[in-house]
Amino acid sequence: MNLQEIKKDFPILENRNISYLDSGATTQKPIQVINAIQEFYKKNNANPHRGAYSLSIEATEFYENTRTKIAQFINARHREEIIFSKNATESLNLIAYSYGMTNLKKDDEVVISIMEHHSNLVPWQNVTKVTNSKLKYMYINDSFEIPDEEIKNKITEKTKIVGITHVSNVLGTVNNVKKIIDYAHKKGAIVVVDASQSIPHMKIDVQELNADFLVFSAHKMLAPLGIAVLYGKKQILEKMNPFLMGGDMIEYVYEQETTFAPLPNKFEAGTQNVEGVIGLGSAIDYIENIGYNNIYKIEKELVRYARQELSKLDFLTLYFTPNEENHSSVISFNIEGVHPHDVASILDLEGVCVRSGNHCAQPLMRYLGIDSTCRASFYIYNTKEDVDRLVNALNKAYDMFKNYIKKRN
Amino acid sequence: MNDLTDVYNELIMEHGINSYNKKKLQNADFSEKGHNPNCGDEITLELKLNGNIIEDMAFSGHGCAISQASTSIMIDTLKGKTIEEAKEIIKTFIEMIKRETTDEEKLKKLEDAIAFQNVSNMPARVKCALLAWHTIENMLDKNKDTGSGVIDECH
Repeated sequence: MNLQEIKKDFPILENRNISYLDSGATTQKPIQVINAIQEFYKKNNANPHRGAYSLSIEATEFYENTRTKIAQFINARHREEIIFSKNATESLNLIAYSYGMTNLKKDDEVVISIMEHHSNLVPWQNVTKVTNSKLKYMYINDSFEIPDEEIKNKITEKTKIVGITHVSNVLGTVNNVKKIIDYAHKKGAIVVVDASQSIPHMKIDVQELNADFLVFSAHKMLAPLGIAVLYGKKQILEKMNPFLMGGDMIEYVYEQETTFAPLPNKFEAGTQNVEGVIGLGSAIDYIENIGYNNIYKIEKELVRYARQELSKLDFLTLYFTPNEENHSSVISFNIEGVHPHDVASILDLEGVCVRSGNHCAQPLMRYLGIDSTCRASFYIYNTKEDVDRLVNALNKAYDMFKNYIKKRN
Repeated sequence: MNDLTDVYNELIMEHGINSYNKKKLQNADFSEKGHNPNCGDEITLELKLNGNIIEDMAFSGHGCAISQASTSIMIDTLKGKTIEEAKEIIKTFIEMIKRETTDEEKLKKLEDAIAFQNVSNMPARVKCALLAWHTIENMLDKNKDTGSGVIDECH
């Protein structure tokens, strides 16, 4: 594959004259993924697990083969450890309710980091309230990283569950999840890893990490919206109660009693998002075809360039770690004295798509003493020209505002 | 819309960054909070009546230039108006932003607030421009039966 040609695989980037810098929210889709979904509807569509006719069996095969592909992709030991959900939020809620609600007792503790997305925070808040357990936070230092002492101070014998994002969706910090998992296991806690912001960029090996649960959304890794994955260790998933009840997750249903299907169906109630699963399978093929080594190379060069060029703008406040090796493909910034929404609107008029707001991380914003930031996030189809366009647009935004800001000061 | 200054014009920038209406009122009759949870924009409007005339208004809070400017310019526009006139202007402003009216005669009554007309081309920012106007709508609505009853009298 010619790495210079990657952008050409993304029709939207050919059709629109934009610098798309919001891949942390969702990536654009390559033509291969779009075609795979079309082909499925043209040739193979039926409801899996439902029919005795060959078309339905084919659809079932497509669906279940993708499960196997994902298990191999993240090196899960068993294919039934892969559960499909509609988004990472649903995966995390499934864990919080089916595992947390049953296993947490009064005075137990759940430890998460201050940089968690609301999806790995609000469910734990609710479950700890209901079970009378406690929610504790690991805070970050001036480098926007979780110091080792914080891990040791917060994770104790009382800790039963640790929730940690692999990569922060605001700061781009890559957390040392391996270290956190090893330490939590020593203390007898299980660990839930949110890999939504990491799996598009780096190889995940759930056995090497020894994660108990790991979730990710597919649409941030080139696949369609509305599909996500929950990985859980088989022995843990087997003991958990179903999260949603209904069709396809049962074995026998009587008027007053039901027995549940074995894994993975126990956690997949109702007709599933098969086109999403097909799209995810195709996205994995695309990523493996490029290779994580190449993805790393492309992004490292791009992020290094972005860090360097944005650092030259003295009117910017930047929120990333000085340790480049711990920084993924997300850069948050603010123009001092200008609200991020105004900055994003001006960037939009210049064809630069960035996100602005609290990024579903209000406690982190509060901890940093700010309301919101602008966020540029990169993926394999971005180029240095996109960074240059961002820098030019930021200069323009600052020029518009600077006289008014100075007057105020 | 091609030009930044269609929205970020001088009037909006001046009011959005350095508003003279951003202060506390002595003896305000009514106070109302408004916020856009998604953006984090928060304002508190204060209003002082003289009979059924809006004698004075001020605001505090924080947010983007559009929300802050819209609040400040709204205050300039509504000061000195009767409650009834104010309600008419509020209605027209909301209609303008939602592109429900382009009637120039009607829009004239908005005075400087007409500067926000182009925000209707930026769907992501409509909420910012409307925050203050919805807040005062709520204030007038909530207080029509309370206090001296003056807000109610205008009906």
